[in-house]
Amino acid sequence: MSSKINRDTFIRSIADLLRKAEIELPYDVVDALRKAEAREENQVAKSQLQAILRNIELAKNHGVPMCQDTGIMIFFAELGTEFQSGFDLEAAIREAVTLSTREIPLRPNAVDPLTRKNSGNNTGAGIPDIHWKLVPGKQLKITVAPKGAGSENMSALRMLNPTETGSIKNFVLETVVNAGGMPCPPLTLGVGIGGSFDKAARLAKEALLEPLDSPMNDFEKEILDAVNALGIGCMGLGGSTTALAVHVKTAHCHTASLPVAVNIQCWANRHASIVFGEEE
Amino acid sequence: MEYHLQTPLKLEDIEKLNAGDIVYISGEILTARDEAHARILEMEEKGEKLPFSLAGAVIYHCGPLMQQTESGWKVVSAGPTTSGRMSKMTPLLLKAHEVRAIIGKGGMKGVADALKNRCVYLAYTGGCAALAAELIKEVKTVHWLDLGMPEAIWVLRVEKFGPLIVGIDAKGKDIFAEVREKAEKVFEGMKKV
Repeated sequence: MSSKINRDTFIRSIADLLRKAEIELPYDVVDALRKAEAREENQVAKSQLQAILRNIELAKNHGVPMCQDTGIMIFFAELGTEFQSGFDLEAAIREAVTLSTREIPLRPNAVDPLTRKNSGNNTGAGIPDIHWKLVPGKQLKITVAPKGAGSENMSALRMLNPTETGSIKNFVLETVVNAGGMPCPPLTLGVGIGGSFDKAARLAKEALLEPLDSPMNDFEKEILDAVNALGIGCMGLGGSTTALAVHVKTAHCHTASLPVAVNIQCWANRHASIVFGEEE
Repeated sequence: MEYHLQTPLKLEDIEKLNAGDIVYISGEILTARDEAHARILEMEEKGEKLPFSLAGAVIYHCGPLMQQTESGWKVVSAGPTTSGRMSKMTPLLLKAHEVRAIIGKGGMKGVADALKNRCVYLAYTGGCAALAAELIKEVKTVHWLDLGMPEAIWVLRVEKFGPLIVGIDAKGKDIFAEVREKAEKVFEGMKKV
């Protein structure tokens, strides 16, 4: 069997992947929200979590996007060095985004940063944002994560002093306090530490893709407990769950620097993956 | 407490509400976000008449996703947008019009005084667009479509729209401000350890 894939089939699959990401949350995210609702004692927060769970059900049953901010499209592609496509993969992904925007439909969110002119189809210069990683093997794995602006706008990056490793937790907390109810908690927090200015931000975003039920280390747990002790709660109306999970990713960095990025994700931690090509 | 209110809202409907109460609204609500607020104020300044009435009105901070069908406009998705962006314009709007409720998400800094004895801020769960679409029964009309789909004023007929949490009541109590102050205090305490 040839490992080549058909271009039209590929575009269809990516458009279907996008639809799935927009209307259905991964099981681990829904499960974490259900557990948060069950343990919440603040009645206002409980009512908000119940509305979220009802919204998730309705979106899935009616096949409509769960949030009107359908986001900008961020793709993570792991390309096997032996995978053969025979066509321009990036152009095909762009076409799938345009197609999905029309057929789901999605809100056209992509604008020129200065003129603010909307492209109308969620594509534009550098968007969709596609991150390629070369991996061994014959497969291509594509993950799409539609990212809304409410939570992205509350994210932050700071170049700390190399001696300030003890301040990382406070920087995360400061970011969450400043954000309050605006990024639609309960949040997922992706923290990128090290690398460089841009690498830290990338690590933070990748950390958001970690399953919410994957075990947290002591440092992640310590941050999560502190964040939840703030009492911001669901939608900033107070309550015990401000964040569902904290995931930290690190990379070696220059001895003279300590970049730290905090990427905030709203309750709608949307993402979906698909694998193309023969099994190894 | 839980309340079911019918539009147009009267002052006595909202005076009884306390921050933290749960409210469901039935009747008519109008969407308005950044651009619509700016235009309302601009027309006010010029002394021009609005093409709709804001007496007893409920304003919804929302940039909906609509679909034009053969039988008219259909709501695809209509969750709340961040109200903070309208904080500066809202006191001016409330001075000129008897808007009785504002629905949005995330709260509004510095508007509690302007709301006193006039209006309440109701928080609708952020991101719950599918639920909102379910509760919007009809798109009655649209004004100022030239501002673009999300920025236009959509007049919607809703049934039991909620749950809405009274975030700022007409007596000046603001849940968002209280939660924020508490979080800041807890954070300060943590930094000292």
